[in-house]
Amino acid sequence: MLERWKIVLLLSPALVIIAGLFLGGLILGLIGSLGYMPLLGREEFNLNAYRNILASERFYLSFLLTFYIAFTSTVIASLLAIGAALILRRSFIGRSVINFLFQINLTVPHLVGAVGILYLFSQSGFFARLAYEFEIITKPSEFPALIYDPLAIGIILQYVWKEVPFIGLILLANMQTIGRDYEAAARVLGASRWQCFRHVLLPLLFPGLLAAAMIVFAFTFGAYEIPALLGQNYPSALPVLAYQAFTDVDLNARPEALAMGMIIALLSVIMIFGYAHLARRYVRS
Amino acid sequence: MRILPAVMCDLEKELEVKRQRIESGEGLSWLTWFSLILLISWLILPLIPLAVWSISRSWFFPDITPSAYSLRAWSYVFSNTSEVLPALGVTTLIAFCATIVSAVIGVPAGRALGLYQFRGKAAIELLILAPTIVPGIAVALGLHVVFLNIGLAGSYLGVLIVHLIPTLPYMVLVMAGVFANYNPNTEAQARSLGASAIQTFYYVTLPAILPGLLIGSLFTFLVSWSQYILTLLIGGGRVVTLPLLLFNFASAGRNDITGAISMIYILPGVVLLLLGARHLTGRNSAAESLRQI
Repeated sequence: MLERWKIVLLLSPALVIIAGLFLGGLILGLIGSLGYMPLLGREEFNLNAYRNILASERFYLSFLLTFYIAFTSTVIASLLAIGAALILRRSFIGRSVINFLFQINLTVPHLVGAVGILYLFSQSGFFARLAYEFEIITKPSEFPALIYDPLAIGIILQYVWKEVPFIGLILLANMQTIGRDYEAAARVLGASRWQCFRHVLLPLLFPGLLAAAMIVFAFTFGAYEIPALLGQNYPSALPVLAYQAFTDVDLNARPEALAMGMIIALLSVIMIFGYAHLARRYVRS
Repeated sequence: MRILPAVMCDLEKELEVKRQRIESGEGLSWLTWFSLILLISWLILPLIPLAVWSISRSWFFPDITPSAYSLRAWSYVFSNTSEVLPALGVTTLIAFCATIVSAVIGVPAGRALGLYQFRGKAAIELLILAPTIVPGIAVALGLHVVFLNIGLAGSYLGVLIVHLIPTLPYMVLVMAGVFANYNPNTEAQARSLGASAIQTFYYVTLPAILPGLLIGSLFTFLVSWSQYILTLLIGGGRVVTLPLLLFNFASAGRNDITGAISMIYILPGVVLLLLGARHLTGRNSAAESLRQI
């Protein structure tokens, strides 16, 4: 009994703040998206905001673009991270230096990476200059547009750059927990290196990989500053569209901005439940 | 079917040899080295033009390297008229305060989650995990009206409070990990020898959790340091932190100043990595929550 009160006492300040700010923000967003904004003189509930955005082409294009960016960059980053983790777990000369370099951009903020990508891949950027040097192009505009482009290549490059070390590190930690015994047993029993990876290591890594990929997907789906800096104007990524609607002089656009926020939140909540499910299964096994 | 003991023994020996061979590795083939070097270069590459831009005077297309170098951008950054130093101060102050508040509130919560089993623990862990995954923009859009109404929008305090959404859960998760490996019996011993609750905390608990608390605090600092959209939405442009300034200079095409601000902006993270790289690898929860940065 005493212990229960102790737990409540220890937890409640953190829970009050997290619930108040986080759940509070989401609930207020939901209410606002339903058109109820007493501070703006609106006191009725309706689904107009959702109806409006679901009827607009702009929203669909933004949603598809954002989904495409998040999905593509997560898949590419996951594949590269698997490869990197497989190499980095082996012992070789210079491993600690390589390991450090592999982690270095973990603490570099996304925005810095985005600016770096901009200076590398824009039409007057480093690679365009290199192409000019080798006489592949004669003027900047001949360099393929990789920034502000419809395929969002610059944005995807930035996310891949940032997420490979993150997923890779989680995979390395998982590999350490799993150990080598299963693989060694498979090899002794005659499995080839590929079979050993495909049928032994990958299934063991999969829950951890999927969990990491879900976190990355949720993040890339809701990130603002990278598409704002590297993305085209139309269609823009969903968080950028939401921000634009929110800061619009026309206050009627506010509920629509909040509705878009809710859609972003809903998608990440699905990811959280997937993550929690996987984490629990992983702990049990 | 029964396997003869001798065969068993052979199999075991072979298994051991195989295991050792996989563990020690057979070195890397040149192809593996090549892909590894390629990957590492790609991870470092975007930082290089930023560093070069910060010391270049003119660097026009199609020059591969700047045609003239100068420290103009750096002297601007450190001059009294630039906005960079105030922004650096504001960013540091907000991150520092967010870390202190997160530690004071997060350490007890981490203790509860790390040491005790209780009903509803899974749900509480989920609630604490959620803010590290749900994008800040979805939460901040909803909070904005209330912050505006109570005068917190556009204020340093408002930005500090909204930064707690990612920093506090992060600290709680790290501390839960620390307390999961902590033995509370020593506290009971100290108490039975006559130490007060404060003495017990100061002389027994704190030294035991200090390494984890320090690493957790440094990363919490970095989580706040890296926030963009929360600051933009709640600060409303009146609270100017380094990332906001960086974004503005980058979109205005001032590459040299952007480069210099970038170098300042990544400094704490790189220092932290040098200090804490060992602690980072292999600790899952800390690495996973790096998503906030």
